Amino acid sequence: MKFAVVVFPGTNCDRETQHVLVEVFGQSADLVWHEQTDLAPYDCVVLPGGFAHGDHLRAGAIARFSPIMRAVERFARSDRLVWGICNGFQVLIEAGLLPGAMLPNSGRSFVCRWVHCRVESARTPFSVGIPIGRVLKLPIAHGEGRYYAQPDRLAGLERRGQVVLRYCEPSGTATADANPNGSLANVAGLCSEGGNVFGMMPHPERASEPDLASQDGRWLFESVVQPNPPAPFPEGKGEAASSFPLGRGVRGVGLEVGA
Amino acid sequence: MTLTTRPPIRTVIQPASPAQFAPSPHPDLADAEYAAIVERLGREPNELELGMLAAMWSEHCSYKSSRALLKRLPTSGPRVVQGPGENAGAVDIGDGLLVVLKMESHNHPSAVEPFQGAATGVGGILRDIFTMGARPIALLDSLRFGPLDAGRNRYLFDGVVAGIAHYGNCIGVPTVGGEIFFDPSYSENPLVNAMCVGLVERDRLVRARAGGPGEAVVVVGAATGRDGIHGATFASAELDDGREERRPAVQVGNPFLEKLLLEACLELLESRVVTAMQDLGAAGLTSSSVELAARGGRGIRIDVARVSRRECGMTPYEVMLSESQERMLLVVPPTAVDAVQGHFARWGLHSDVVGEITDDGLVCVLDGRRTVASLPVSLLTYDVPSYLRGTRASASSPPADLPAEPADLAAAMLSLLGSPNVCSREPVFRRYDHTVQANSVVEPGVGAAVLRIRGTPKALAVTTDCNPRYCAADPWRGAQIAVAEAARNLACLGAEPIAVTDCLNFANPERAEAYWQLCEAIDGLAEACRALDVPIVSGNVSLYNETNGTSIMPTPIVGMVGLIEDRARLVRSGFQSEGDVVLLLGPGGAELTCSEYLALGGATSLGPPPALDLDLERRVQLACRSAARTGLLASAHDCSEGGLAVALAESCIAGGIGFRGDPRALDALLDAAQAENGQRRADAVLFGEGQSRIVVSCRPENLAGLAVVVSEYDVPLRRLGQVGGERFQWSQSLDLTLEEVTHAWQHGLR
Repeated sequence: MKFAVVVFPGTNCDRETQHVLVEVFGQSADLVWHEQTDLAPYDCVVLPGGFAHGDHLRAGAIARFSPIMRAVERFARSDRLVWGICNGFQVLIEAGLLPGAMLPNSGRSFVCRWVHCRVESARTPFSVGIPIGRVLKLPIAHGEGRYYAQPDRLAGLERRGQVVLRYCEPSGTATADANPNGSLANVAGLCSEGGNVFGMMPHPERASEPDLASQDGRWLFESVVQPNPPAPFPEGKGEAASSFPLGRGVRGVGLEVGA
Repeated sequence: MTLTTRPPIRTVIQPASPAQFAPSPHPDLADAEYAAIVERLGREPNELELGMLAAMWSEHCSYKSSRALLKRLPTSGPRVVQGPGENAGAVDIGDGLLVVLKMESHNHPSAVEPFQGAATGVGGILRDIFTMGARPIALLDSLRFGPLDAGRNRYLFDGVVAGIAHYGNCIGVPTVGGEIFFDPSYSENPLVNAMCVGLVERDRLVRARAGGPGEAVVVVGAATGRDGIHGATFASAELDDGREERRPAVQVGNPFLEKLLLEACLELLESRVVTAMQDLGAAGLTSSSVELAARGGRGIRIDVARVSRRECGMTPYEVMLSESQERMLLVVPPTAVDAVQGHFARWGLHSDVVGEITDDGLVCVLDGRRTVASLPVSLLTYDVPSYLRGTRASASSPPADLPAEPADLAAAMLSLLGSPNVCSREPVFRRYDHTVQANSVVEPGVGAAVLRIRGTPKALAVTTDCNPRYCAADPWRGAQIAVAEAARNLACLGAEPIAVTDCLNFANPERAEAYWQLCEAIDGLAEACRALDVPIVSGNVSLYNETNGTSIMPTPIVGMVGLIEDRARLVRSGFQSEGDVVLLLGPGGAELTCSEYLALGGATSLGPPPALDLDLERRVQLACRSAARTGLLASAHDCSEGGLAVALAESCIAGGIGFRGDPRALDALLDAAQAENGQRRADAVLFGEGQSRIVVSCRPENLAGLAVVVSEYDVPLRRLGQVGGERFQWSQSLDLTLEEVTHAWQHGLR
């Protein structure tokens, strides 16, 4: 598959997201600058984590006006795959591509920790390969991740299986203690009615390799990359020897100095 | 500001008696200094020149009280590619990669405006790293505060932590480590030392040296405002009750802008069109332009009229001395100027061509067509004074005043685990993004953090260390222990220490005792680094850390980076599995002197720091690394504050599994203590902070192999007990549930 990883000014999880897609899952993934408006070559657009436009005003509030967002909207309306991770989720909500709103964490400060999330629904290609009820250990790192929606709206989301991930105890029980940010109904991840747009606060790209504290993020990548059935995880490091530690440039910006 | 080893000093001005010279017109220049300036210049400097001179001759920029001493530090080694003298040091880790590292203080700003003070401290250290062409991969923060039960200290603590989180989280560099220490001497004068580690391909390292005459000087990033004027001189004086009025000397940070600068600069450097790059830090445009010119042996011409400003009516003085954040100075060939400016514009960054490199050795400041300052670059750089000041040794510490042995060892242990200097730092690091970039193999918690290097089997271990209480009692040994403990932290993971960056926080060097502390600490650092074979490649000195006449304890913070060749062999601090054998690698050690335990008990005299045998230390670390690399260890964790008992407890907490101590092992330790110093105190064995000790565990079947490896280094190894169960039990009076131990440790910092 061909992924576009969108880079807004202030996006900061673009490189590791691209790394995981390319080096771990063997996909094609370009970093695409927010001023680009052509997403035609891609099968899936990822809005990665970070602080797009500094999260000034409110997380995602300015990013929704970036030129690329109109293209993302068209992309989503044509039933193609859009994946918002952390700040990307916030942007999708601000852009109206996912319902509800994101508030500052109930603890009123940034929280970086490992959480457990229960997979609630197979409505989206991002979770279709994961057994319902599976508990994933994933990291979060955000200051504005408290999901909110009007009660009747939330009821509709629940009914249609749009709540995809819910914060829970390691045992799978969704409790108040397991909720790191005060999200309504412990919502950690949500998809659109059509299932093709998916947003989540945890960072699967930080939990997809054997070096790191969990590999549960792989479930989501595996699910979208190979919808059915999920291939068994490859043995070993999952890293190509040629992978370069510092990463490379972004499409759409870059220097045009006479070579 | 950069710690700089410059060419031989031509003028050493000895502090003279005040009567000898006419009074200096600038409060931050001594009479003798001003006289020397007039003599060198052959005239009196004008107001702008005086401001530039005062900033560059300030302690903060010139290192005038420490420069001569810093020459004693070992700065070379086979891995060193760049030692002190640039924005940061660099060492080779193979695979064509360099690690770039630097630590810097932001103490004074944080004392008056903790949030912005700490935030801009992080911003400044990040710029030092990416100025070298390196991508920042880790931040660490070494913090010192007064006790949190005082409202002012709480305000400073909360502000500093929030400021670090604000900047580091937004820019997307993980904050993976550091330490926090509380002591009344830091009330009102907190220490905020930020360290950054970066990675760069060997052939892409950039140095900040002016190129040829005629090359363009470009300022990119934020517009210049009135913030931070006099920051450098502010940082070079004691704080007093008027400190709140110095608030305008504190800069305001914008991490979003810095993120754009970082990406734009790194991308630009790949094109190799940039001759030199230098960040604007203390003393702003003045210091960055003259340092760049000096390193390249050139002159520089700056037209302040071409510098974009945030506010109207700024004078040349304000433009040249503003410390507005998120600005970089670049030197580029004239032919590349358009392309470079276009590149920055695409990143949404404004840039101005503000001047050019000259060959006359002068820094010439214009305001349009009018020349407003003209000074020899050397007078602002190489020829700043260097002082060797008078010293007076502190009285050596009287022996520790030992309390009665506690009846309830378990209660003593719980209170130690929950004490501010021992307990978990989780409430702090939870507010820092420590997993961004997805390289954090060992996250903050206990001991050093580990970052993998993608595309290689390697990893870097990073840590900071310094027990200021030891340094107050004996700065020489205290500094040695800081190096030894940092290296020991790395050895526990199986990492080889490869480079040190240091931040020397001391009081007013014009006082003989404070200057003596600085001398002693530098000698201690030098000796320990030589013994453990690790060079100091960068650093920073922060003096005048006094408020209303109260000095901080001498605090030479050591930041150290270690290399792990094969991260698959990484050893962690937590106990792993039921039945593993728990051992003490290193000597028994049974002295309570200078310990956290004594301090917590309110002892009137804490005594000298524990003894340190550097040769034994080296062998203990070699033994640990060797055992780790051969895969014999299940866990390793060093004994530091709180001693053996706390190290064991932390291994239990990190592993989520208990410890079954062998009562005979405790008896044997007591016997050894009695033989050593005639005292048979369980509290001394458990909570004494004897050096060169590591708690390790291994599978029972690896015990024989471990004993063989360790014996090769002639290091003691004694069995303490077993991993297992859900209790921490070692004797009848020391038997706690793992939950009690964990709860005490986790809830200490409130």
